[in-house]
Amino acid sequence: MDSKINRRDFIKATTATTASVAALGAGITLTTYVNANENPVTNEKRWGMLVDTNRLTESDIDGMVTACQKENGWGNETHSTGDQKASWIKKIKVKDTATQRISNLALMCQHCEEPPCVDVCPTNASMKREDGIVLVDKHRCIGCRYCMMACPYDARSFVHEELTNQKEHMPRGKGTVEACTLCVHRVDKGEQPACVEAVDSDAVIFGDLLDVTSNIHQTLKRVQSTQIRADLNLNTGVRYSGI
Amino acid sequence: MSIIRYEQTQGKSLGFYALIAGLGAFILAALGGVYFMEHNGHHVTGMNNHIVWGLPHVFALFLIVAASGALNIASIASVFNKKIYKPLSRLSGLVALALLAGGLMVLVLDLGRPDRLIVAMTEYNFGSIFAWNIILYNGFFLIVGIYLWMMFERRMNKYSRKVGIAAFIWRLILTTGTGSIFGFLVARQAYDAVIMAPMFIVMSFAFGLAFFVLVLMASYKWTERPLGDAIVNRLSNLLGVFVAAVLYFVAVYHLGNLYLAENSGVENFILMDGGIYTQLFWYGQIILGSLIPLVLIYSPSTKGNRSMLGLASVLVILGGIAQLYVIIVGGQAYPMELFPGKEILEGYGAIALYTPTLAELMLGLGGIAVALIAIIFLVKVLPFLPESLADNVADPHHKS
Repeated sequence: MDSKINRRDFIKATTATTASVAALGAGITLTTYVNANENPVTNEKRWGMLVDTNRLTESDIDGMVTACQKENGWGNETHSTGDQKASWIKKIKVKDTATQRISNLALMCQHCEEPPCVDVCPTNASMKREDGIVLVDKHRCIGCRYCMMACPYDARSFVHEELTNQKEHMPRGKGTVEACTLCVHRVDKGEQPACVEAVDSDAVIFGDLLDVTSNIHQTLKRVQSTQIRADLNLNTGVRYSGI
Repeated sequence: MSIIRYEQTQGKSLGFYALIAGLGAFILAALGGVYFMEHNGHHVTGMNNHIVWGLPHVFALFLIVAASGALNIASIASVFNKKIYKPLSRLSGLVALALLAGGLMVLVLDLGRPDRLIVAMTEYNFGSIFAWNIILYNGFFLIVGIYLWMMFERRMNKYSRKVGIAAFIWRLILTTGTGSIFGFLVARQAYDAVIMAPMFIVMSFAFGLAFFVLVLMASYKWTERPLGDAIVNRLSNLLGVFVAAVLYFVAVYHLGNLYLAENSGVENFILMDGGIYTQLFWYGQIILGSLIPLVLIYSPSTKGNRSMLGLASVLVILGGIAQLYVIIVGGQAYPMELFPGKEILEGYGAIALYTPTLAELMLGLGGIAVALIAIIFLVKVLPFLPESLADNVADPHHKS
């Protein structure tokens, strides 16, 4: 058997392989672009949430927290102490110092239009999508925790331990920072965030703030609402009424 | 003033090796601490989601701030043309670089993912003051390195003033950047003050000089080289002025904060009822770290006494660490004002608790050990130290 390859054959084979890899590559790239074009993330949408503290009960809030934990797989850290455990969403009870009126609300990442966490992040790991969802790229996060210093809402958590049994759609990593993603994996499929779905009533509504036909847009037009720390001019995506 | 001759230290004595071994042990302990923290995750530290920067950051920022201050001696000589400081310029540059290296080591090893340092070096968010600091630190190494070269190489001596000016400006920007890490945090009551930047610069003057004085006196004593009073007394006076200047800035910072009603809560916390932070502020930073050193430096009974100057320098360093602890940890312990005009009953708003662990302390001390070991090695390898700083050599106005 002649096992020698002459130069011409070698060039032929190499060219053919290169061409087919290139063609295949182009095909994959094209397909990827087509998929992205089906559902592009643009600034024509601005996802937001409205929490009506008059209607939101304490058990509603507990349900929201549990739903978020279940959906995103946080809260079962075994080694971390109370203040070290992840806390993507939490129940807050506030009392007006003048009127003594008590309100309960759920506090999570407020998905600011001008997010301080994104401003301070040295590596661009903290980022804001075009549609207003603020996320952490866990592969880029170096764990410097400056974003946690900058966030006015105490919304971010640092992963203090090795994690197992993570959710496939929500990778988390020891030594990186994380926060509410507005359930971006569900939103991109046209679903609602888990915490919103967990509330039976209309006490929490989710939608596109810019879409004039959306429930959230209409409601925000009608009722008086507020942003937490509105004085900071961050223009949050999460709004509250009744406080 | 005669010609200054620089000479390496011998570095052969038992004391030299004992010093290296001692510092090496500290560095090993620091690395052990880092392995422990990185292997297990930060849950083994006292840090948490509210105190995200703990003791390692206190040491890291102390060293970084002191680094830029240690360069001052060289700046005074080359930028402001004070001849008496000129023989100290090389050592000044060396101490600056060594302190910065120690500080950055601590900072990097406390990251959640120190293995991703390359990301921090290649992915810049130019809107982030933190990213700017990375550039400023790297630039500092470069500029001070060139500055040292200009000073060492006789043919390049003529450029040393120009490079010295560049280094001086760079270090001012660098410390402004370090101070701005806190000054730009709008959400936190304890920070968000533009005065943080100039305050950090003045702090750097004091901390860097205190460190420099100790290195200078120790190295001349241990190598049995003459060190005259002309230089030591000047450095002592300068340290006193810097310590007083820090006190002034601290006073303005707190008075300014007290004037704003929105910040009265955090001011009460730090100054009156903050427990450990209040104690560290008054006993550590103010009394031990500022007032006692001032007395030691200026009181007729202790003035000119080198042991007392050494003690004053140690106290300034300890007071500086206390000050950064109060700023960094105390500033985080006090909760942010989430709902102005409302009281938070549940879910947030308690004073955050933090108990530093041994591993964190060892990492911080390891940073100081790295700085010292770098200095000790380099003065042995390169002629950083003049063979004599006796008054008749160093003092341009010396009358014998």
